[in-house]
Amino acid sequence: MPLPADTDATIPKYLRDKYAIVGVGETPYTRGSGKTTRAMGTFAVRAAMADAGLKNTEIDGMLSYQSGDSTFAPMIAGDLGIRLNFYMDVFGGGSSTEALVGIAIGVIEAGLCKTVAIFRSMNGFSQVRIGGTGARSAAPVNGDQLHSRAYGWQSAGQMFSPTFMRHMYDYGTTPEQVAMVKVIHSEHASNNPKAYYKKRFTVDEVLSSRIICKPLHLLDCCVETDNATCFIITRAEHARDLRQTPALIRGVVGRCNKPRMDMHYQHGPISTVAGHYGKNILWPNAGVGPEDVDLTGAYDAFTFTTMLQLEDYGFCKKGEGGQYVSDGTIRLGGKRPNNTSGGHLCEGYTHGMNMVIENVRQLRHDVDDSCPCGPDGKRQHTYDYSEGGCRQVKNAEVTANLGWAMPGTGSAMVMRRG
Amino acid sequence: MPGIKADYMGMALSIDDLDGENLTYFKHCAAHDFHLQKCDDCSLLRYPPNTGCPWCGAAAATWTRVEAKGTVHSYNEVHHAIQPAFKGHTPYMLLLVDLDTQKGQPSEVEALRVVGNLTTPDGILAPADMVKKVGIGTRVRMVFSDVTDGLSLPQWTIDETAAQPEKPWRYAQE
Repeated sequence: MPLPADTDATIPKYLRDKYAIVGVGETPYTRGSGKTTRAMGTFAVRAAMADAGLKNTEIDGMLSYQSGDSTFAPMIAGDLGIRLNFYMDVFGGGSSTEALVGIAIGVIEAGLCKTVAIFRSMNGFSQVRIGGTGARSAAPVNGDQLHSRAYGWQSAGQMFSPTFMRHMYDYGTTPEQVAMVKVIHSEHASNNPKAYYKKRFTVDEVLSSRIICKPLHLLDCCVETDNATCFIITRAEHARDLRQTPALIRGVVGRCNKPRMDMHYQHGPISTVAGHYGKNILWPNAGVGPEDVDLTGAYDAFTFTTMLQLEDYGFCKKGEGGQYVSDGTIRLGGKRPNNTSGGHLCEGYTHGMNMVIENVRQLRHDVDDSCPCGPDGKRQHTYDYSEGGCRQVKNAEVTANLGWAMPGTGSAMVMRRG
Repeated sequence: MPGIKADYMGMALSIDDLDGENLTYFKHCAAHDFHLQKCDDCSLLRYPPNTGCPWCGAAAATWTRVEAKGTVHSYNEVHHAIQPAFKGHTPYMLLLVDLDTQKGQPSEVEALRVVGNLTTPDGILAPADMVKKVGIGTRVRMVFSDVTDGLSLPQWTIDETAAQPEKPWRYAQE
């Protein structure tokens, strides 16, 4: 969609459109990478540099996030011949992606460095299981954890389910509506040669898959995969000299919280998530609103997380998320597709990185589907979204990424085609 | 206070000697006498135990006896356990319970939402037929799972003497 005519893209306070994502890269999404997180991280950063047309001497900042399951940025930099003027490895998982974009813009603006590579490298299936099984599930329970893990309340699905359950109670949201998130993301994944799961699923298949933790069936939960992902941020004026159409950053929300983060369930309504607060930062900073957005990347750790965030960021009225995700709006060819790569439910689990990478490619009008390439090396998109076909959104101009850590914490970012 | 190390259902539980808030909280639970911290400034109770008032930020608080009855606000029901201690006990329920005490304060969306498993009156994880009777709206009372000296876990069981909703709200698919 074109930007609103009254949008002032020059407001210095928010640095709107002054920074851009200029390169993206990733390893294959696998189960059993056979590689260290160091090797995968190096691969992904190198791929993003090649995509941008940047040499190693042109990267001088690096950011990553992890929870004791990855390789620190300086090791990756060393393996690429990069000398860093700035780096930081942040503790965290989901919602770190967009928050680190904000940090990258801040440190470049502060003069600490000029171009920042943000990466996340994880063997989320073959080493530290993201679902929480394996060694982590048997770890001793100490202190404050006695109020959660001692009750068998530990994995992400177990921790979030009271929010999901209460949304169904408060608003009459049905399992069939929520299952449509998986159905639609699986359709998108079937048009993504990189996706770990390319099979299209039906509502019946989601609801007849085994219950993990009510209200979550197996197919309501994301896939665990091994992968590294990277994108590179620099100033917009520098971006114009590089290989790709830049994805300009309009506004960012970083780890915005509900009250009572020591235990957010103390503050209701518990069916409301951090996007309720984040939207008041995101839309004014970006100078656009939900109606201006062509496609979304609402984090799908679970089917429910996509719905809750779309609702609380204002893509529909509160309580109508079930309707919004099941009426065709979020499907390719619909009004506002969500997670066109298949997202975490199907493409691979990256703690939010792949959803940003996908939207960058969408804004370039060059997603890596199976459409034929033209003489300029760019795909000639057919916009035929049937299985195995195209997944490019026509005339994509504005995207929103809605990152999730937990019901009480989220991040977000709006980008536009440069 | 000395710290605590104990075993509960084959799971190692511990509280460090420096962790006065949790040691005091669980000491009261061990006496089957539920207490929460009450802010000396704004007089609001809080859960779980911590080092300052989440409502006004004041540091000083007094441990105060609280009647531990309430209504199930939400729940989950785990059918695929990931912790080894719980693998033999599925399905088990995690309840978020609105205490009657201080419900709707300091604002209408607030309550002391106390976590616990659904258990039998003697603090054993509830059998499957009991799990099926409980949902949002069920009236529950606190009981305890005794772990060791100075440490019992607060738990929830169906309040046999309370008026119960005709049909508590449960997830559609059994």
